[in-house]
Amino acid sequence: MNRQEPPQGFPLPSSLKVLAGTERAQAAYPYTVQFGPEDDQRFWFYNSMHFPEPMSCFDMITAEAAYCALGAVNTRVHCLPTTLGIDHRIINGRVYIGGNAVTDPAEIARRTEQFQQRAFYYYENWEPLYEQWKRKMLALIRETEALPKPALPEFEPLEHVRAGRGIASNHYLLDTYQRVLEGYFRMWHHHFEFLLLGYGAYLTFFAFCKKAFPEIPDQTVARMVAGIEAEIFRPDEELRRLARRAVELGVDGQFTDGVPAAAVIRSLEASGAPGRQWLEELAVARDPWFNINVGDGFYHYHRSWNDDLSMPFAGLPGYIARVRAGESLERPFEKLQQERRTLIADYRELLGSEEERAAYDQMIALAHRVFPYVEGHKFYCEHWYTNVFFNKIRDFGALLAEHGFFAHAEDVFHLTHYELESAIIDLMNAWSTGSAARGPAHWPALIAERRAAIEQWARHETPPALGPVPDVIDDPAIVMLWGITRESLDTWLKAGSDDAGNEIRGFAASSGIVEGTARVVKSVQEINRLEEGDILVCQITNPTWAPIFQKIAGAVSDIGGSMSHAAIVAREFGLPAVVGTGTATSRIRDGQRVRVDGGRGVVTLL
Amino acid sequence: MSYISWFAEVGLSARPQVGGKGASLGELQGAGIAVPPGFVVRTAAFERFLEAIEAEHPVRRHIESLRGEDLPAVTACCETVRRRLEEAPLPAELREQIEAAHARLCGAPGRALAVRSSATTEDAADASFAGLQDTYLWVPDLSQTLQRVRSCWASLYSVESVSYRRRRNLPEQAVAMAVVVQAMVDARTAGVMFTRSPTTGDRSVITIEGAWGLGSAVVGGEVTPDRWVLGKVTGEITVREISDKAICHAPASGGGIEARPVPQALRDAPCLSDEELQTLRAIARRVERHYGCPQDIEWAVERTSGEVLLLQSRPETVWSSKEAVPVARAAGNPLTHVMTIFGGRR
Repeated sequence: MNRQEPPQGFPLPSSLKVLAGTERAQAAYPYTVQFGPEDDQRFWFYNSMHFPEPMSCFDMITAEAAYCALGAVNTRVHCLPTTLGIDHRIINGRVYIGGNAVTDPAEIARRTEQFQQRAFYYYENWEPLYEQWKRKMLALIRETEALPKPALPEFEPLEHVRAGRGIASNHYLLDTYQRVLEGYFRMWHHHFEFLLLGYGAYLTFFAFCKKAFPEIPDQTVARMVAGIEAEIFRPDEELRRLARRAVELGVDGQFTDGVPAAAVIRSLEASGAPGRQWLEELAVARDPWFNINVGDGFYHYHRSWNDDLSMPFAGLPGYIARVRAGESLERPFEKLQQERRTLIADYRELLGSEEERAAYDQMIALAHRVFPYVEGHKFYCEHWYTNVFFNKIRDFGALLAEHGFFAHAEDVFHLTHYELESAIIDLMNAWSTGSAARGPAHWPALIAERRAAIEQWARHETPPALGPVPDVIDDPAIVMLWGITRESLDTWLKAGSDDAGNEIRGFAASSGIVEGTARVVKSVQEINRLEEGDILVCQITNPTWAPIFQKIAGAVSDIGGSMSHAAIVAREFGLPAVVGTGTATSRIRDGQRVRVDGGRGVVTLL
Repeated sequence: MSYISWFAEVGLSARPQVGGKGASLGELQGAGIAVPPGFVVRTAAFERFLEAIEAEHPVRRHIESLRGEDLPAVTACCETVRRRLEEAPLPAELREQIEAAHARLCGAPGRALAVRSSATTEDAADASFAGLQDTYLWVPDLSQTLQRVRSCWASLYSVESVSYRRRRNLPEQAVAMAVVVQAMVDARTAGVMFTRSPTTGDRSVITIEGAWGLGSAVVGGEVTPDRWVLGKVTGEITVREISDKAICHAPASGGGIEARPVPQALRDAPCLSDEELQTLRAIARRVERHYGCPQDIEWAVERTSGEVLLLQSRPETVWSSKEAVPVARAAGNPLTHVMTIFGGRR
């Protein structure tokens, strides 16, 4: 066989070794995601954007379901001319992905014809299709929420017997589990129904702006397109409203920095009618707006505000202080709208000709049309739905832990979804036969082994890419979703040599220069460590961090692009931010002085 | 016959009479942009003087008889003509009018002036030729002002200028020079700005370069200026390059300018505040809107008042001359634009 070595740099998949001692943990992933010899012929890159940490066995379902749906939409539904789907492999807990490009001109032409019939129909009917999408998505969320909590009574309830139900409770474990899984796979189809088309329309305008104005910052184009009343702003808006209400109800004295949320709630409950009134309003805001994850929602431990109130409650004292100081905290919609209109008109004026202006008008109109979906889907899919989904799995974890399969409900996430089904069937059998389940003797050792493997994997760097470097990357999905181009690959190949420098580069997400003390925050539990004027350094800056944006002076993240929601929120707060640095949390020491230049995308270690 | 025009009296249409610089300063002032006050010695003054000189000895006809390649002959001729322009007595009415304007501009004695050539041919077609013209700074009194006006006229007859014209066989009749006389700005900081990117041609950014003291240090390349790039629309400062500014230009005691060392503490300090950068941006946008095309601007910040003044603005020439095809055109079906993303590189 004529095996071609990559011209420079990237190792072949076959040369990447499973870390010693973790072989059995690696083998737990299904055969479909293990690298094989034929994979050496293809280019792969590490999807650090969506999967920055080693995947526990269960969380692998996110990659499986997402690529299943993404590929279906690209390959079969909208028929993208130059690309099919994306394959994925997992090694040492890291997800590598590879695009499936279409290069034959005749095939591209054939697919173009299909694409224009399908995609153009979506563009033309965007609003009604998106309204329909929201209804579908809400129905799916409510359907999953309504699934019963898995439980096994000692005896079947008498009313089931008298009703002649004829199906015992153990069957419903499997039924519910399969519905939960089905819902997750379905959600990812919804997620991708419009996504590539949305990004494509946005990028069409983006590419035009970059050609017409070669030095225009990415974030300026994003500001021309970004919505002002997008769902993603709502959680923070609700929090501001609750801060206002606390002052109006006279319970604002209950909120002080550093007091745990549970203690605040207990003291509000005990404080009489106004405190209870505030808690009622909190309950209304929580469903759905607190269904927002502190990460990207791709890992089971990206918990939501609803699961862990420490994030929203950390923001309340600051907001309350501002209300007391006379600020309204209302987002100035009119002013923001006007600013956006002026920005669009002023850039239009600078174009070279009326011809260009006419093209600009057409492209920005389409970008505005698609953007509510691009911004909105994340709340429904990655936040709200994944939150409901992982909590449903947690219920099974609790049940299995109760029956001795493992020590803690969270251990369930060390089983693949295939294994979890067999454990559930094990329990169903044991309940029916009256014998002991086999799981309690089987799982604890495996879980301990897998937990140790993840810890070991997390300590090891993994190459950013594998296999031969393609001459060009012409796959719109890869360019759009990951920002990977031939140029960025060249940068990766060179990287490593200048690690010794004192600069870290990323995307310029929000302008401004600020110096301060870096707080390297690895989880939401640590947010109370942030002090006024600190620079937040974290893996993912998510809009859910908005409540603490009022307190900090700047933000730096490992993951994210300049059109990410985090970037949009940072800009709204006027907070200098650099995202997508890849290495900030590993290279910046906690407490170190750093300078963040959000206009250039550079963090300097001082 | 009037040989003098005040800035307030002229605009771009007066270019044949007051030259490019004079017309532009008049136009700027008319558009409400602050420029240092001044007047123009019109081309008619040059014509009147040349006429007086030609009465004794033909100048234009003689030059037209030369070949551009015949360097010894051109050199000899240029020396003679320039000596006459610098030494021959000025016609009385011309001299009186310049004296009166000078007195009016200077008011109290001691106000220093800039004397700058303002050629009528100074346009994109022979930008290199324009570079051969002269500017005299910090001219202290009337007699030196008159001398510098003569020097500007004489610069038309530098060896380089004359050979340039002869090689292109340009008629001498069309060669005329106006001279701008304006108040000198005691600049704390000065420099240039372009209302499009010199490197990419981007019309949405303003590049500002400046250094301490008079702008001549920047224009003459004697100091590496601080450099900023601002979003024209957003005001966002995307590039800040603060240089080690070792020297600055300052007025010399006997007139003219001299290079001086910059105090250590200021060398690495930015020579403009963010607020001043935004003021310059606002001015640049007004000027560009007024002219309807990207501009190349010289500016100065007055030392005590902090006022920002423009010394010159002219159309940007490098990128404008290679204006390319439109980035995109309107499509019959607007949706086909997305094929630039989805259609692949073909």
